[in-house]
Order: sequence, then structure tokens, then C-alpha cells
Amino acid sequence: MSEKFDVIVVGAGPAGTSCAYTAAKNGLKVLLIERGEYPGSKNVMGGILYRKQLEEIIPEFWKEAPIERPVVEQRFWFLDKESMITTSYKGLEWAKEPYNNFTVLRAKFDKWFADKAVEQGALLINETVATECIVEDGKVVGVRTDRPDGDVYADVVVLADGVNSLLAKQLGFHKEWKPNEVALTVMEVLKLPSKTINERFNVKDGQGVSVEIFGDATHGILGTGFLYTNKDSVNIGVGTTLSGMMKKKLKPYELLEHVKQHPMIQPYIEGSETQEYLAHLIPEGGFNSVPKLVGNGVIVTGDAAQFVNAIHREGSNMAMSSGKIAAETIVKAKETGDFSEKTLDSYRTEIYDSFIGKDLKKYKDAAHTFEENPQYFQEYVPLMNQAMNTFFTVDGTPKWEKQKKIIAKMTAGRGKIGLAKDMYKAWKAVK
Amino acid sequence: MAKTLEDKQYLIRFNCDQKSHLEVKDHQICATQCPDKDCTIFCPAEVYKWEGDRMFVGFEGCHECGSCRIGCPHENIKWEYPKGGHGIVFRLA
Repeated sequence: MSEKFDVIVVGAGPAGTSCAYTAAKNGLKVLLIERGEYPGSKNVMGGILYRKQLEEIIPEFWKEAPIERPVVEQRFWFLDKESMITTSYKGLEWAKEPYNNFTVLRAKFDKWFADKAVEQGALLINETVATECIVEDGKVVGVRTDRPDGDVYADVVVLADGVNSLLAKQLGFHKEWKPNEVALTVMEVLKLPSKTINERFNVKDGQGVSVEIFGDATHGILGTGFLYTNKDSVNIGVGTTLSGMMKKKLKPYELLEHVKQHPMIQPYIEGSETQEYLAHLIPEGGFNSVPKLVGNGVIVTGDAAQFVNAIHREGSNMAMSSGKIAAETIVKAKETGDFSEKTLDSYRTEIYDSFIGKDLKKYKDAAHTFEENPQYFQEYVPLMNQAMNTFFTVDGTPKWEKQKKIIAKMTAGRGKIGLAKDMYKAWKAVK
Repeated sequence: MAKTLEDKQYLIRFNCDQKSHLEVKDHQICATQCPDKDCTIFCPAEVYKWEGDRMFVGFEGCHECGSCRIGCPHENIKWEYPKGGHGIVFRLA
């Protein structure tokens, strides 16, 4: 395999495949390396894929891609032990083209997407681990793989090797992630007849619902649960920062059972059958955790670059955009034949000028604020539930007395100023 | 529905390698410096089990998530990817 390519892309997930697709389409000679049996076999996602960024790569992809359901309603549940406050937005404009987002099953989707890159001329090699970057004179010139005679060379190596980017770490682009920079998430795919899903979630065929679940789903620690509808299955999962999981001594699969058996959630999944159980890390360090993105002959994309907006559950879309921008950067560099860090650095500036950099910056303090101040999930969600209960239970108490009681309860812990401070802090973290 | 971890793990396809891709560098560190042994709790596949004097590593059921490498307070776990094509094979999500 000692051939030379224009680009070697490590990892056939959303970032890597977008890069390989775009580079191959522009006439570059591309090698796409995947360690799994097939693309998608190592990849896990809750299931929401946004339309916009993929459409910029493959117009009208939804007509042929293996998508599950377009999401027409986004629900948010704030759970206490035996109650919840809910809010949602449902819009039928999301049920028709061009759609907003879809649920997908990644093992199917990634395989389809990688095949599209192959159609454009990329060479896909499965079952191959890139074990290290080959560095000569301070420049990445290729990768070593675990195949016999497995050194391959290229002008540029694109690291799309996911949250466990051992290659970016090897190059010294970042130190080992800290437990508060990653979220450990576990989920199950539960088989349910599509008719049952339609009834329980109040939708028709070809319409899906996403539910984000806060509060008791994670025993009040920083994290969320989720419930997404596929065609004839639902994905149910829960994740918290690894540090939160460690601090509370939680076993992730027990936390998942807690979510599945929660009285507010259980009726939605009753009678379903587990098809698969999956665990994965989500890079949630945000803006301040983004590693060095560019070196001589190398670019970092997707999860490997911590491009995830946890607040808006966006990641695969950022991965796709970053892969595309990386490819376009390399196409441009090819014109002059200069693949130095200085030339490739336009990738970094473009990322920071795009929605990726801007959104990561907007929420740069969010994770930290909510991790350091557990009261938001631990205290305020139950308090809000109790307030609703107090206000709506008709027991002969006059409403103004109820109001007084609620305010007294809300301010009992921290006082009025404390409450106001907390509200301001939360607003500041996401403004 | 799969309730226990055993039920859940049973549903997954693994193409196991002979050789472990996970290695506890020094069992003494687990024994003497790590009273909490968090890896035995947070690992989503219960790969790590303390056997009184050494750490048992059931790499065959590993999801390759990376939590142990990041979460081990003593950086005592050597973590590599399984050989190409080996390890966990997700079929759905």
C-alpha cells in the first residue's frame, strides 16, 4: 500500500466522509480509512441529524438516504420523581421539504454516506486502524496502519477519528481529555410497531418526535435523557459528564434503567423489545477544549476537534461542515502545492468564522456553569414541579396564598437575591 | 426489554480479537492507591472487575468508548483500538 494520495482521511464518520466526498468530487485522490467492519459499525449517536449542513454536500439527500423520520416536534420534559413539566414546539413545516432534522440510525446512515464518497472516487478501506501519523521533518506525511506493509502517504492527513482521537493526541494537539470534557452516554434501540409509535407520540407516518429530558432523568446531575422516534423503533438514552457519573458513583446502565422505568417515560416504551445497547463518549468540552486544529500536512475535524454544541445536541452537522471546509482548504492548497501549517491555517479561521466557532463561543461557559452549580437540575426542576402542583391542585386554599407559599419555597434555599443571581448566571451562560 | 447489563450485552455482536486492546499497566496501583476503583462502576460494559488483588479486564465486551482511559485517576490503563475489523460491531444506531 505504499501509494501516495492527495488526502488520507482517518475515520469514515460524518466528518471524515464529508471530507472524502468533497475532496474526491474536486478531483483529488482520496484514501478513506475506517477501523470498523463497515462505516457506522463503531459509531453512535442519539439520532438527530440536521438537514442544512448535509444538504450543502449532497443536495436533497433525504430522497435517497436511509433516514428514519423527519422531526416535526421537539419536546422538553423537566422531570421530578412522579411528575413533569413539559414544553414543546410542533410545526408541520418541518414535515415537508426541505425539513429541519431527521432521526437516523447511524450504522445504516454512515454506510450509505461512505458509499456516496466512494461513488465520487474516494478509496474506502475498512477494517484498518491508523495507529500513528508518520512525521518527517516536522510535517505529517502519512499514516501507519495495522495492515502488513501498511504505511500510506499523502500531502495532507485529515484526522476524523472521533472523540478518542489518539492521533491528535500523539501529535501533541491536545492532552488527554479531562472527565468533565466528555459525556458518557448509553442508549438502547427499542423495537416498537410504527402504528404504536404514531399513537403514543401523536404523529402520522413520516413524522417524528424528539424529547429531551432534564432533572430526575440524571438524578439531578448535569446531563440529559432523550427519546427519539425512528420508523419502527425508538432510541432511548441518557448521558452525563464522565466526571458527574464518577462523582455520583453511577453505573450508566442502571441510570438508563432508571430512565426507562420512570413513571413519566415508561408508558411510551411499554411492550417494546431491546434491539441494541450502545455506549459512547460525546466531546462536550466546548469552545475552550478545542485542540490545535492544523499542523504541517494535517487537519483535525469533527468530534476529534470537540466540535459539539451540547446545548443544542448538534455534533454530526458540525462534523460534516468541518470535513467539507477541510476538503476545500486542501483543494485550494493543492493549487500552489503548499501544505504547510501556514497555508492550511485558513481552515482554522474559516471554522471560527462559521456557525461552528460562533456557536461554540456563545455557549463556552454553559457546561462549566451548570457543572459547578448543580442547583439548576437538582433543586429548581423539583421546585418548579412542586410549584405547579401547588398552584393547580384545588384544595380550597386561595390563590394568593398559594402564590405566597410558592415564592417562599422558591426562595427558601437561597433567598430572593440568591434566586435572582442564579437566574442571571444561567442567562449569562447561554446568552 | 433488556433489564440487566447481561441482557443488554447479549444483544451486541462482537468480533473478538485474541489479544486484549486494554491493559492495566500496574495492578499494584489499583491495589494500593485506588480505593474507589471507579472504573468498575462507570464502565458501561462492566469490563473491569476487582478480584481482590488484581483487576480483571473483560475486554471482549468493550464498547471502545474511552471512558476508562480518561476516567482512571492514575492513568493506569493502556488503551488502544482493537485490531482493524475487530471489537464491537454496531448494527443499528
